[in-house]
Amino acid sequence: MSRARDALVSAAVLLFGRGRPKLPERERIVPDGPARPGWELVALALLGLASLAALTFPVVYALGDHWRHETQYLGLAIGLALVLFGAALVVTARHLIVTEELEDDYPAEDHPEEQEFLVQVLEESGTRLTRRRLFVVSLGGAAAALGVAAITPLASLGPVLKTTPFQRTPWRRGRRLVDDTGRPWRADEIEEGTFYTAFPEGADREELGSAVVLVRLPQDALRLPPPLAHYAARGIVAYSKICTHAGCAISLYRTPLFPPADPKPALVCPCHYSTFDPADGGTVLFGPAGRKLPMLPLRVDGGGHLRAAGNFDGPVGPSWWGVRMKKAQP
Amino acid sequence: MIRRAVRFLDQRTGDAPLLRKALRYLFPDHWSFLLGEVALYAFVVLVATGTYLAFFFTDSTKQVTYHGPYAPLRGQEMSEAYHSVLDISTSVKAGLLIRQTHHWAADVFIAAILLHLLRVFFTGAYRKPRELTYVLGITMLGIALLEGYLGYSLVDDLLSGMGLAIGYAVLVSVPFVGANVAELIWQGPFPGTDAFFSRMYIAHVFLFPLLIALLLGAHLGLVALRHHTQFRSGPRQTERKIVGVPTYPGQTPRSLGLFLVTAGVLFLLGGLVQINPIWLWGPYHTYLSTNGAQPDWYLGWLIGALRLVPGFDLTIGSYTLVPNPFWGGVLFPLLVFGFLLAWPLLERRFITRDHGYHNLLDRPRDAPLRTAIGLGVFSWVALVFVAGALDRVDVMFGLGYTSMIWVFRFAIWIVPVVVGLAAYRVCVELQRGEETERERKRAEHRAKALAETTEVL
Repeated sequence: MSRARDALVSAAVLLFGRGRPKLPERERIVPDGPARPGWELVALALLGLASLAALTFPVVYALGDHWRHETQYLGLAIGLALVLFGAALVVTARHLIVTEELEDDYPAEDHPEEQEFLVQVLEESGTRLTRRRLFVVSLGGAAAALGVAAITPLASLGPVLKTTPFQRTPWRRGRRLVDDTGRPWRADEIEEGTFYTAFPEGADREELGSAVVLVRLPQDALRLPPPLAHYAARGIVAYSKICTHAGCAISLYRTPLFPPADPKPALVCPCHYSTFDPADGGTVLFGPAGRKLPMLPLRVDGGGHLRAAGNFDGPVGPSWWGVRMKKAQP
Repeated sequence: MIRRAVRFLDQRTGDAPLLRKALRYLFPDHWSFLLGEVALYAFVVLVATGTYLAFFFTDSTKQVTYHGPYAPLRGQEMSEAYHSVLDISTSVKAGLLIRQTHHWAADVFIAAILLHLLRVFFTGAYRKPRELTYVLGITMLGIALLEGYLGYSLVDDLLSGMGLAIGYAVLVSVPFVGANVAELIWQGPFPGTDAFFSRMYIAHVFLFPLLIALLLGAHLGLVALRHHTQFRSGPRQTERKIVGVPTYPGQTPRSLGLFLVTAGVLFLLGGLVQINPIWLWGPYHTYLSTNGAQPDWYLGWLIGALRLVPGFDLTIGSYTLVPNPFWGGVLFPLLVFGFLLAWPLLERRFITRDHGYHNLLDRPRDAPLRTAIGLGVFSWVALVFVAGALDRVDVMFGLGYTSMIWVFRFAIWIVPVVVGLAAYRVCVELQRGEETERERKRAEHRAKALAETTEVL
């Protein structure tokens, strides 16, 4: 009984008791100031609210399984708890403790005596050596040699100085063009005014050399340069889907469907808006690409299916130094 | 109690003299000094939330079929990496909150570093004896940009895949070594092998954060050794005397309060403001891309540069020497970072010839040439940044994309010069205005003194 009463009394004292701590008489380091009971109350209230918000977090976590906005409530709970706690500390700093504005010396710009000491130790430590310069060079040489040995295993990360993989594509003469489910494309399915994605049958679709875009242009619109004149099949042309600028997939086909039918149809990469002319062998019309889009020669087989008539007319993918020299390889 | 704890620690570590100094270390009071602290606290939140995310993330590009709770993606082929981040966002309790907070913290981290840099630059805080602190800070900014890029690339959604393809293209565009280095990193040509994701993962969660932490330690250590700079806000502040609030009791609750508020705002953003809803983007495949893609804000200047450069590769005959992405993706950031790193040296060598020791800060007007050149470079980068979003301007306001690009191709060279000249003029005028004001005060003072003497007579 008396223990319960004691607890009650202590709780009451904790809640309502007031009094500033009595320190022994001495010269103060931190100056004193007046009590600010009002601000103390604000800080206490903020801390109380912070605790409340913080404890909401586990409650929402436990009960919120099927709530529509569980993430929002969780964020509110923990976020408010932190902000309120922070606010309580700021109130404490600004109103409940003394803001001392003290002066202090900046550290000295330099320490000539200490510098002299260091120099002397460094100079005197090597006086027993007779071939000092050779010694220093050898130390450096051994360290550099060790460094070379230490970084050598990094060469295992991947092929070094092997550029043939950049030129390889899965396309070769006679390979069928299939859609993303593996179904072969028929030439008569390809319509004007839109574009299609095709892959080499049975190949890895993720390789940069795999995907091509197919578009059909009116015969009179095609203006392929002489070396590429036979690349089109029944007005259908195929280009690598990977932009020669930065390797993104070309997924936009600018093609006005009603007048004014200007500008003319073009393949556009959405990353940096490199724009290529499908009627002209993939030349760059606008944007940062520095190299034309590689074109894939097509033919239509006896069953009306589209097949590759060879490999691309140039290397696929983003340019790298030396890229123009090499042709795409099967 | 307190006495016993203090005695216990001191008798075992001998720390009392050190702690005494640390406790009474002075912090000058100015709001702009808190920007660096915000960056530090965002980094703390990044490490905490990132560690949590690492418990659930799978660093693998092995293709699996999705059967999870998000109906629109069911049946789609995707990498285990993307699958695991979808799970974090939909199935792990509090996972989405932590993921979005992590992403927001990254954006705020870099924004705070940038604002901190602007403050340091335009007040000349980088001058002797603080050049090393400045260089470490610039280095951290560079690493933070890479670290953020790796972070959103790891998700392997459609946007991050497109970003990686661009990063690959930028790397292979480096003359003579680019393609070979890219092959090392990706273990072959893009999209590389499964090993690439493990490498990116260890770099993102271990190598780069560790590097940032070490540099951060050195940065803060140097700040403490040399003390903070201060503004000339009164007669007490001099090159030899620092005026400020001591670590304890003054600064500690302020700083802790700022930490808690920063973390709180980040969690509020993470909970309430959606960022990078990866379930909408879908999985990445090399043959897919989407229109209207934008990177996180801090890479906007690079996409802008890549888009602005006219279409040409530097070739000799049939031999490509420098592919196009090099100009915007490599040369441009190298120039900007080169300028930032070299500026203290350039200023000392060619403008001020000042080898003095500085603890007092300049106001921007006090160094008109620095302010003019700084604002010129800043507006240059800002314009290129805007150019990265011109496709959205086209969509929203219907201004033609190609014509805007042509305007910007010229504007990025003209506007910075105009900005620089205007800034120089403004600084000089402000200085003159102050001089006039001082003269007026002196004259008034003299007149008053004269009046008083006459009255007495």
